[in-house]
Amino acid sequence: MSGPSVSRRDLLSVGVAIGSTAALGSGADARSYAGKMPWIPGEANAPEPITAGPFQFLTPDEATFLDAAVARLIPADDLGPGAKEAGVTTFLDRQLAGPFGKGSRWYMQGPWKKGESTQGYQSRLSPAELYRAAIKDIDAHCNEKFSGKKFSQLTADQQDQILKDLEQGHLKLKDSEGKTFFTVFLQNTIEGFFSDPIYGGNRDMVGWKLIGFPGARYDYRPYVKQHGKKLNLPPVGLKGRPGWNPNT
Amino acid sequence: MARKLPAVDVVLVGFGWTAAILGQELTDAGLNVVALERGGWRDTSTDFGVTFAQDELRYYWRRALFEEPARETLTFRNDQSQTALPMRHLGSFLPATGVGGAGIHWNGQNWRFLPSDFVAKSHNTQRYGSLPDGMTIQDWGVTYEELEPYYDRFEYICGISGKAGNLNGKIQAGGNPFEGPRKREYPNPPMEMAYAPTLFAQAATETGHVPFPCPSANMSRAYTNPLGVTLGPCTYCGFCEKFGCGNYSKSSPQTTILPVLMRKKNFELRTECEVLSVKHDMAAKRATGVIYVDTQGEEWEQPAEIVVLCAFAQHNPWLMMLSGIGQRYNPQTGEGTLGKNYAYQIVSSVDVFFDDKIMNPFVGAGALGIGVDEYNGDNFDHAGLGFIGGGYLACWQTNGRPIETHPVPKGTPKWGAKWKQAVAKNYLTTATIATHGAVMSHRGNYLDLDPTYHDVHGRPLLRLTFDYTDNEHKMSDYLTDRAAEIAKAMKPREFHAKKREGHYSIVPYQTTHNTGGAIMGTDPKSSVVNRYLQTWDLHNLFVMGSCVFPQNPGYNPTGTVGALTYWAADAIKNKYLKNPGALVQA
Repeated sequence: MSGPSVSRRDLLSVGVAIGSTAALGSGADARSYAGKMPWIPGEANAPEPITAGPFQFLTPDEATFLDAAVARLIPADDLGPGAKEAGVTTFLDRQLAGPFGKGSRWYMQGPWKKGESTQGYQSRLSPAELYRAAIKDIDAHCNEKFSGKKFSQLTADQQDQILKDLEQGHLKLKDSEGKTFFTVFLQNTIEGFFSDPIYGGNRDMVGWKLIGFPGARYDYRPYVKQHGKKLNLPPVGLKGRPGWNPNT
Repeated sequence: MARKLPAVDVVLVGFGWTAAILGQELTDAGLNVVALERGGWRDTSTDFGVTFAQDELRYYWRRALFEEPARETLTFRNDQSQTALPMRHLGSFLPATGVGGAGIHWNGQNWRFLPSDFVAKSHNTQRYGSLPDGMTIQDWGVTYEELEPYYDRFEYICGISGKAGNLNGKIQAGGNPFEGPRKREYPNPPMEMAYAPTLFAQAATETGHVPFPCPSANMSRAYTNPLGVTLGPCTYCGFCEKFGCGNYSKSSPQTTILPVLMRKKNFELRTECEVLSVKHDMAAKRATGVIYVDTQGEEWEQPAEIVVLCAFAQHNPWLMMLSGIGQRYNPQTGEGTLGKNYAYQIVSSVDVFFDDKIMNPFVGAGALGIGVDEYNGDNFDHAGLGFIGGGYLACWQTNGRPIETHPVPKGTPKWGAKWKQAVAKNYLTTATIATHGAVMSHRGNYLDLDPTYHDVHGRPLLRLTFDYTDNEHKMSDYLTDRAAEIAKAMKPREFHAKKREGHYSIVPYQTTHNTGGAIMGTDPKSSVVNRYLQTWDLHNLFVMGSCVFPQNPGYNPTGTVGALTYWAADAIKNKYLKNPGALVQA
């Protein structure tokens, strides 16, 4: 430590006198760190994989709707499995059951106004509430328009038309905003297709295999200068990959 | 009633880059320093270790490292005719919560501003005559030449990888010929270059530009900084911006300063402590300390001889407003300074699609790229163009994280079979050229307090009123057109220029380069802090960060934030402590 140009006592004497309030000990209920690097061996704030088992948020009807809808957003085709096969409905269920669904990080205090598109999300519904209301509304709309059928019972073309109408804000729903729902739903579907398999989607890393993303690798130094070369690195998830474990 | 704690010499509000620098410098000067951070302790192996850092959903899309709007946010509107509404979740920009601040999750694109950027008003009026109506740009009150040693200091603490373009006035082959003169080379050589930036460099050269490797806070090799802290070589993992680095390869407070600072006896960090206001004695022209709240809701008064606001950009002027310090800016009269000249960045891009060139976008790093600087600042003649300022063009290869990065050609549907085919076809074979434009300050762009909405502590939210003006749109369109010319010279199958059109939107991510609100300058009538970042009103209250920028030049702000912090630390140590009082006479 270099020599101080002025002592602490000198500096303190410059200002107003410090009150005689009894010292309370620093930090109170906060965490105080001094004199060393905080360090707890073996500690890591690792991610929490989803737990297996039945749906935690979705009703059977909602799951049926989402299976059908995600299969239109990212369909199975010659290139490989789509969002449904990738487990995106399971992904959405666990997301909606958790902090994301509750909007626990979001500012959710009123007053509520529609606002301009540049002002972003202004619905009073949390994501979970939005899904619940919108799925109910869309199925009710289908029921009315297609003589008693639910969204999942329509033809692929009919389903695509409903989704397009939602996307473009042409489909007016009863208790929810269709375009807002579509925007959140499409984003979440892409998340479920491409996020790490520990979250329930991207099953067998089918999203990553589709495009050639090698996943949760952490060292590409040997490949930086391999300009233009197709690397064909098999994808790896945060929990490895099946080939690493002879029992799976 | 807040309970009063024993006094300390210095209290730092927030604990990101600027507080880490000041903590280190001021404890070196023998002062007792306490830092108050609203978030928790974070470190590499525990919070973003190599076995789990590469988690796109958790860290970016679920915002693990960022501030929570549920606790604090701001309200936003494009202009005064609208009602500002809360930013209910993050989008356009990503402030942090927790030790290290946004210095944890930045890309590491570490630039110096141009010498002319610091005298933007006098330089541009001298060359081009009067400024457009409503433009409120100012000179900074500090020059590039004065800041050069402090830029150098920050670059060597960080271990920036790059190639000098101007050493002591001599232009250097391979570097940026437009940069201000630097006294010595970068501490580390440029990074190894990926394919897409290499193709961009060839096309830029063919079209008459001088491309150079962008200065990077991702290590091109192992590096030990002047404090004795060692960083590891970057592994090009492609999880940089929006993520913590698991490899100790990206400069951050944790990887450059904290291992030294945290061990000092005259330094204390308190986390989970949120500062609510600055206490002051206006008659004595002094701040007397801060009031903060802990996680139990208990309020504490921390008296201090020096108070430094080191929170994220707009949080500093907000805290001053909440504390009744300074004169709030009035956009009708132009009077007042606090909240004045909020600015941002205007960015656009050109996607460049190939059939046969495999880019492997996942081999990336936050500041891995090639830039050209012909169209930045006043590096080109603006006569007849109808705008001032500019920005750099760069082909970065930052990431191939697929939720975020799956480029598709123009006209592709946003979902369905055609979308899927286009994503699969183009993922490996697309390059992107980014433009990174300045935002000049404008009379109608400012910060004040919202009349309706409150944060978790019941404080009025900050209200942001901001839109791009003609100057920004014309300038950004000009940059995008130049980027498209280089894209064409790359001989792609097709390219898609994505201009920034219409009003500013708080929704899509753009950059976390928020500036202004507590601007620096030469005169208390037109600035909140003087050239040493000392407030004009209270001589022992200093304000750090990009909130002091009078307008926002066409580069990423962190390099200048770091340089200004070292410059202010030097003034506190060598001027203020010897004679506490106003360092500049009003």
